[in-house]
Amino acid sequence: MNFTEHIPILVIALPLFAAFLTPLMGKISRKAPRYFATAVFVIVAFLVVLLANMVYSRGTEPIIYTLGSQNDTIFRIVLEIDAFSIFMALIMAIVSLAVSIYSWAFVDKYSGQDKFYTLLLLVAVGSYGMVLTGDMFNLFVFFEISSIALCGLVAFRTERGESFEAAFKYMAYSTISGLLLLFAVGIFYSQYGVLNIAKIAEGVGSGPFNELNKIALGLLVTVFALKAGSVPFHMTTPDAYSEAPGGVAALYVAASQAGLYALFRTCFTIYRPVITTETIGWVVIILGVLSMFVGVTMALVQKDIKRLMAYHAISQTGYMLLGVGVGIAVLGNPAALDAYGKMAMEGGIFHIINHAMYKGLLFLTAAAIFYRVGTRNLNEMRGLAHTMKFTTIFFMIGALSIAGIPPMNGFSSKLMIYESVYQFSPILSAIAMLVSVLTLASFVKVFYSAFMGPKNEKVDAKEVPMSMLVGMAILTGVIIVFSLFPGLVVDTIIKPAVEALLHGWPIAGGM
Amino acid sequence: MMSKIVRSMTRPLYPFIILFGAYLVVHGHLTPGGGFQGGAVAASAIALLVVAYGGTRMFRKGTLTAMESSGLIVFISLAMVGMATVFFYNFLANGGPIFGEAIFYGPNPGYFNTAGVIPLMNMAVGLEVIGGLGVIIIALGKKAFEVME
Repeated sequence: MNFTEHIPILVIALPLFAAFLTPLMGKISRKAPRYFATAVFVIVAFLVVLLANMVYSRGTEPIIYTLGSQNDTIFRIVLEIDAFSIFMALIMAIVSLAVSIYSWAFVDKYSGQDKFYTLLLLVAVGSYGMVLTGDMFNLFVFFEISSIALCGLVAFRTERGESFEAAFKYMAYSTISGLLLLFAVGIFYSQYGVLNIAKIAEGVGSGPFNELNKIALGLLVTVFALKAGSVPFHMTTPDAYSEAPGGVAALYVAASQAGLYALFRTCFTIYRPVITTETIGWVVIILGVLSMFVGVTMALVQKDIKRLMAYHAISQTGYMLLGVGVGIAVLGNPAALDAYGKMAMEGGIFHIINHAMYKGLLFLTAAAIFYRVGTRNLNEMRGLAHTMKFTTIFFMIGALSIAGIPPMNGFSSKLMIYESVYQFSPILSAIAMLVSVLTLASFVKVFYSAFMGPKNEKVDAKEVPMSMLVGMAILTGVIIVFSLFPGLVVDTIIKPAVEALLHGWPIAGGM
Repeated sequence: MMSKIVRSMTRPLYPFIILFGAYLVVHGHLTPGGGFQGGAVAASAIALLVVAYGGTRMFRKGTLTAMESSGLIVFISLAMVGMATVFFYNFLANGGPIFGEAIFYGPNPGYFNTAGVIPLMNMAVGLEVIGGLGVIIIALGKKAFEVME
């Protein structure tokens, strides 16, 4: 076997290996962990791009990598990578790279940097694992890795009691949801005796849609909606986002989208043959509409900049659930699927990458403001545009994009959602547009109170250090490219992802 | 610090607890147990010492964290060495220099020198668990003694 065949596992194994080496790097010098971790993130991003190239050249046929041995693959841990998996991995690659560079300066004043970067690498491992695996139990393991590492990062600033509270809340909910996920995996295992997702899908599709599988579906949708932070499972998200130090909130966005990935994988790959009615689609749509509306109305009243953005993250997750939910609802109706279902899914999935980029960028700018001003309260900051010029520009790009102003990338994906959802149900489309208007209103408020007005003499708000600017610039660059060439992006990475989702997975190897 | 009875019982007992933990780790591929279980048993000896003697200074935190990291690194490295074939390939089984004896099918008393990399991985996990749980016990103990004083 040559090197290229091992790329799928290297994407997971390399950051895992590096995560355990990072504490030893901390013994060399104080700054060694940050350079080491960033170098690893660069290499992994490079590997992900290579892997993406391989996946797209194969069409809808996924790459299958078996761990342990080449025999009896059905019982072994497998990685199955199709265009949707690699799409999520690309998001994680970009965001983790930006966050790790951003954090050089941000965590400089804290002790325990080796642990910070270890946890950062472990979050990346968890998310890559969740999106690349083809094994149900492995999905659970990586879900736990990502949750526990994120919990550690949320509690990183140990001088603040609020951090512990947020981390404890997050840990309680993620542990409970992890157990529910394990229970669902147990249901599958007891019925089919395998953990391979493709084999489970075959089992679910061959029999009648029995009660056990209905329970498992309910559990899986709940667990992954909680991981994605959708209303009504958003109890932990505002606290955890606002207490996560600096760039970690941006990483949190990308990591919680692995929950969305798993949710869509459950509906499309495992339950595809039995979803013939609109019920499950409507459940996802209602989750989406609730998230959109509750998220944005809660955001309007916030005074804390990061908490406000956290509620917007919930609200934007609603768009993705709405778009893909319409796709699930028309799954049993091929005519409607071709007419607007696919386009709704494309819009929803395009919104995932757009959201990761602009919300990541907005969290980074919020952390940059906190870094200089030392407060997250919008009433205590003003006139930052006088001194923090680059941060202001980055914030403007992010805010225009999240509000869906043409020609930003947020507009492209939202337009796709509006157009296609309108054909399904006009009222849903109207709600989506209303939410977008409220989002704009809320970000105008933030922009005005933080950046406009006379110069604030009380705080020393000079521009943030170089590494933080570079981190923000990476995400801004991606947003600008996506804004200029939306059609190209949709054709190269979004359409294959939708096709891969609708195509399902073949079973790896024989018995 | 506990009573004299507890302390004098701890002294002869703790080497045996560690020994039993080590037994569970190295026989993990043959008998119930394995890396995690054996490591947890051995770490309970640390807990016993901390509780009985009421001090956390007898263990160095640096040593324990080094054990934790090195155990994990050994584990992943073994998986990566297998990458000549595939990740996690058992390259020592049935013919390797250690743990390389072929396995006999059917009922047998259990041959120690078999299973390839599995016992080595058990040992790595055992090392990691002793380190990780030890650090947790010491951190909790330190706080508890602060509160008591």
